[in-house]
Amino acid sequence: MSAPRRPLPGWVEIGVLPLVNIALAFLIVGIIVKIIGVDSFHALRLLVVGAVGSSESIGYTLYYATNFMFTGLAVAVAFHAGLFNIGGEGQAYIGGLGCGLAVLALDRWLPAPLMIPLAILASAAFGAAWAAVPAWMQAWRGSHIVITTIMFNFVASALMVYLMVNVLIAPGSMTPQSRGFADSASIPSMQAALSWFGISVAQSALNLSLVLALLSCAGVWVFLWHTPWGYALRTMGQNPEAAVYAGTSIKRTTMLAMCLSGALAGGVAVNELLGVHHRLVLDFPAGYGFTGIAVALMGRGHPLGIVLAALLFGALQQGGAELSFEIPKITREMVIVIQGLVILFSGALVHLPRPWLQTLFARKA
Amino acid sequence: MEEALTFVTLTLAATLRVATPLVLCAMGGLFSEKSGIIDVGLEGKMLMAAFFAAATAAVTDSAWAGVAAAIVAAEALALLHGFACITHRGNQVVSGVAINILAVGLTVVLGTAWFERGGQTPPLTGSERLQPLFFPDAGDNILVYVALLSVPLTWWLIERTRFGLRLRAVGEMPLAVDAAGVSVAWLRYRAVLLCGLFAGLAGAYLSVAQNAGFSRDMTAGQGFIALAAIIFGRWRPLPAFGACLIFGLLDAVAIRLQGVKLPAIGEVPVQLIQALPYLLTLFLLAGFIGRAVAPRAAGVPYEKEH
Repeated sequence: MSAPRRPLPGWVEIGVLPLVNIALAFLIVGIIVKIIGVDSFHALRLLVVGAVGSSESIGYTLYYATNFMFTGLAVAVAFHAGLFNIGGEGQAYIGGLGCGLAVLALDRWLPAPLMIPLAILASAAFGAAWAAVPAWMQAWRGSHIVITTIMFNFVASALMVYLMVNVLIAPGSMTPQSRGFADSASIPSMQAALSWFGISVAQSALNLSLVLALLSCAGVWVFLWHTPWGYALRTMGQNPEAAVYAGTSIKRTTMLAMCLSGALAGGVAVNELLGVHHRLVLDFPAGYGFTGIAVALMGRGHPLGIVLAALLFGALQQGGAELSFEIPKITREMVIVIQGLVILFSGALVHLPRPWLQTLFARKA
Repeated sequence: MEEALTFVTLTLAATLRVATPLVLCAMGGLFSEKSGIIDVGLEGKMLMAAFFAAATAAVTDSAWAGVAAAIVAAEALALLHGFACITHRGNQVVSGVAINILAVGLTVVLGTAWFERGGQTPPLTGSERLQPLFFPDAGDNILVYVALLSVPLTWWLIERTRFGLRLRAVGEMPLAVDAAGVSVAWLRYRAVLLCGLFAGLAGAYLSVAQNAGFSRDMTAGQGFIALAAIIFGRWRPLPAFGACLIFGLLDAVAIRLQGVKLPAIGEVPVQLIQALPYLLTLFLLAGFIGRAVAPRAAGVPYEKEH
């Protein structure tokens, strides 16, 4: 066992340590690329060009980043309450169910200004409800939220496959997907939205959900640091006993944190279903919920950090796809490897570089 | 009558085949959890082991080399978990999640780079696979028997040896073990390495015994089902083994019930049966069927006082 942790200078803690953690992760990625037999710097150049080289690729980078902001916020809100929500994937999936049910029931009658907010609320409500059960189990029955949220991911997946194959499938369709949503339930693409102001950008999957994601970031920041509920939530995360002493109800705060977390995860459904697919489809969360863990850890749980981390992971997702197009030896799954390494070095091994930095900054401190 | 008997035998054999990786994984996970190290990364270790087993078996033409490679791969991840959680006192769940995600990505990345088959390994034949020992139709390869033997072995190690006593103590109250002059870190490292050994065998079983090669995400949540079995068995080897058998039976039955209409119930959705292990564990965790109490120090990094 190593020596107890000594504090580092504040700016090193916030500015240097996270960068060293990320650098370590990417060092390993470089080694893996080398093992595969590809020039790392050539690959990196292709990745950057693929992510931000054109108006279209920037659009896709931001579209992926939208999903990552939602799931990153979801993980972060729970983290601040001392809860590890691994269930973002399932909460996004069930959020999609709420979104789909609302739209399929009402899209023929409601105009867009009513339909879209309602569908967004349905996504958030269903996501929150799916998170509320593990929260209830933790708060009232004492079962561990990590285990229950993992199980809820699998249950969500099984439930959705059943519903899509047997109930919600469009009549006559061979693939398990619902009928297409009416236009009133479609969130405008960024291309269309910007053309209202006379700005022309290339067609991509990017849509106005990005605005909702950014608003959510701002909202979470206000909630966590500028409301009494956010204060209670963070107190519980730091020291549950102190929170109880201060009059906070652990049960209520656990429910609040998890419901908010689940509602944020439901944002993925908004971006994917209302913004891109325009129908309910299988497996649309596609791992975004898990990437949210990496985003939240890398962003240190702060909305601003989460925006930056989401942009990085969006760029990796998009650039990685382009990279695997140019060099088939490097598959898109390289991005998953990077996610894993980031979670490892910014999460579990976050204190690894600390002794090195301590020696480095000891003289100056 | 004979038909019913065949049905029962076939279902039992299928149950054992499906339960083998669960049993191996659950026994491995038990060592880790008993020592106070939560292991959410069973799934990832098993997946990585399955990949390296199939890749090595394909290259060397030897199933045994594959099994050895599987153990090495799983132990590497186990050591990583130990390094993060024991040496650096990192968050155990975060480390486990990282290992799972890393394994999902790395197996496909390396598989595609080495074999150019979209993440799959070449199909394994003959000596590249572990063959059935006694009953050619039942698929009773050696790892099935290893899995069956692992249960009494785990029970004996945990319940009847000095190592097991200390292991349980370190999972309940590491301070006491430390005060008695026994190294908490070394005990936990041994537990994590045992876990890697069993997870490696489980992975090898998947790719070089049960199936003929590796395919992406082939563990398909079995590591988590094993975790569920540990909880369902309340962190005890024999009940955990029973839970693995029940979950295996559910899986075997799910395949047989596909599209079959049962009298009075109608068609049972396959998805429901597939979700049952998780649902049952959730009911248990909610306290509806008794209580499951984890080792008290599970998930808490041990910080030595100075």
